[in-house]
Amino acid sequence: MAGLATTFGSGAMTNSINEIENAEVILVSGSNTTEAHPQVARRMLEAVDRGARLIVIDPRRTRLAECSHLHLALRPGTDIPLLNAMMRVLLDEGLADDLFIEMRTENFLALRDMLNRLDLAETAELTGVPLPLIRQAAQLYGRARKAVICYCLGVTQHVCGTENVQTIANLAMLAGHIEKEDTGVDPLRGQNNVQGACDMGALPNMLPSYQDVHNEDFREKFERGWGVKLPEAPGLTLVEMTHGGAQGSIRGMFIMGENPMLSDPTLSKVEETLRGLDFLAVSDIFLTETARLAQVVFPAACFAEKSGSFTNSERRVQMVRQAVPPPGECRADSEIIMELSRRLGYAMEYDSSGEVMEEIALLSPIYGGMHHDRLEQNWGLQWPCWDRNHPGTPFLHKYYFTRGRGHFMPANHTPPGELPGPEYPLLLMTGRIYHHYHTGTMTRKSERLTRECNQAVLQINPLDAKAQGLRQGETVRLVSRRGEITLAAGITDQVEPGMVYTTFHFAEAPINLLTNDAFDTGSRCPEYKVCAVRVEKIMDS
Amino acid sequence: MPDAFDVLTTCVYCGCGCGLYLHVKDGLVCGSQPSRHHPVSRDNLCVKGWHIHESINHPDRLTTPLIRKNGALTPTTWEEALDFTAQQLGRIRDLHTGRAIGVLASAKCTNEENYLLQKFARTALATNNVDHCARL
Ligand code: SF4
Repeated sequence: MAGLATTFGSGAMTNSINEIENAEVILVSGSNTTEAHPQVARRMLEAVDRGARLIVIDPRRTRLAECSHLHLALRPGTDIPLLNAMMRVLLDEGLADDLFIEMRTENFLALRDMLNRLDLAETAELTGVPLPLIRQAAQLYGRARKAVICYCLGVTQHVCGTENVQTIANLAMLAGHIEKEDTGVDPLRGQNNVQGACDMGALPNMLPSYQDVHNEDFREKFERGWGVKLPEAPGLTLVEMTHGGAQGSIRGMFIMGENPMLSDPTLSKVEETLRGLDFLAVSDIFLTETARLAQVVFPAACFAEKSGSFTNSERRVQMVRQAVPPPGECRADSEIIMELSRRLGYAMEYDSSGEVMEEIALLSPIYGGMHHDRLEQNWGLQWPCWDRNHPGTPFLHKYYFTRGRGHFMPANHTPPGELPGPEYPLLLMTGRIYHHYHTGTMTRKSERLTRECNQAVLQINPLDAKAQGLRQGETVRLVSRRGEITLAAGITDQVEPGMVYTTFHFAEAPINLLTNDAFDTGSRCPEYKVCAVRVEKIMDS
Repeated sequence: MPDAFDVLTTCVYCGCGCGLYLHVKDGLVCGSQPSRHHPVSRDNLCVKGWHIHESINHPDRLTTPLIRKNGALTPTTWEEALDFTAQQLGRIRDLHTGRAIGVLASAKCTNEENYLLQKFARTALATNNVDHCARL
């Protein structure tokens, strides 16, 4: 979430989930909320019941879009021009919050100049959304007293993901819609503990609590705490690692509970890397596609068999409690790590996860007051929580941004890395569905969830389906420059003509074989949302 | 311990973080139920939360360490699995420095485990090559 961190100084949801139901206007961008974040969607719909206006920016007519007052069905990859156009309307109609901009932000002139150079009609044309609709959305958002913007992977998984996020932040600051209760910018996190993994420093350039590896003072603090000299150079990102590192520099890997063989873009490259390693060890609860390639596989305990904490999207750190003993010889990942570390000459001894949390609190300021005995009470605590007496923080940036002043980062349109052409005439978008979770390692083991939905479906517009003579449910071949897969055709007007959509939960239709690994330059986020494909009818032979 | 009881915990299937009770009977998790007062769940779960127990007791769960012998993954002891892993990672670290090792943490594991894993990478393995699926 590099985008929000540069503008506000922090990359997390600024509000609590429950605040969303008090907003007057809710702008949702690139989030299939009803499927990916059911509880957040529930708050949105409750707000709508109370009279809030819902604006959905999404190329597809998602379920949430159907419930919205305004659906801006933009062309995939044109988020930045759309938001820029909305900001230009705010400026033109005097809806910018001048006082807020003056007191709390910097670099406004750069944004204003960029917006003033914009040709509104041309920009609207680019996005495919009629200008009056854009104007209406801007007016609704600009005039509201309390307004939130929620966004998800739809926004961050583009070549220009970081700029997308910064543009969202620009819009919120321009309208002064930040820093208040029920008002803010809320990135919804994909997996349950993505927030916590980031907070804990499972990042190549950050020590726990977003303390930069570059910074000598931070490094020194951890060196004192951990008693060893720490490497200075920032490390490689997940995609860089699974693509072999620079000149195949990666020789060995240890993978805990991840399945990059399904979740990474351009799978064939990942497989090549993993197979080419001198050594691979995987710890997981099932024998995943990744584990199958390993030299050593550790059977891990699942969440019901260990204790510790998770941090949800709204920065709430809460307890996970052991309910049953691990089956067979399974062990908690923490035990596996400690055993390995000891054997490698660096002994770590902790009697409980609570003891680990004490060390986290000591070294990570935003978790400074997080202790298990406090988390046990009430419903956990929301960071930042600076010390034992701090009550936690339901919404961020009150009075001042984490980085001081909010920084406007004007951004221009970057076209997607790959556009449809004669050979690959359709634009493929990928996403997730309600009944399954990420790569399906866990949810696909559930009998009832699998009964609801157990096949990869390619959503395709009736017009495109007709052109190919496709029937509902027929198995088709989906081809991109990088590979091909087969899956079932689902004919629906949820997608516009020229566009197809599918999910990445299914191992037998690994969509990432097709996707593009052009990188977003800022957050190194693989561009999986759009790539060019064609659909082929499979002839009976 | 009684043979049937409930344990309050946090759902693992999405970033909403619902509070839920796991029903435990005869040492097995056999069902779930939303927490009524939890600020996110408020007496409500989605279909993934209601079926959370099904993956816990699944027959496909790994239950022993595996090691590759003659090309195939075969059951082994913890001692052998841990010793071999430490020896291999240590050899790569000593021969090519920590930069030749990559570590992936998990957005499905706890904060404490993620903390320990990045600490392990940065101390024992001397590398900052540690990341997770946040971007995915
Ligand atoms: S019950 Fe559903 S909405 Fe709640 S945390 Fe689990 S997956 Fe998310």
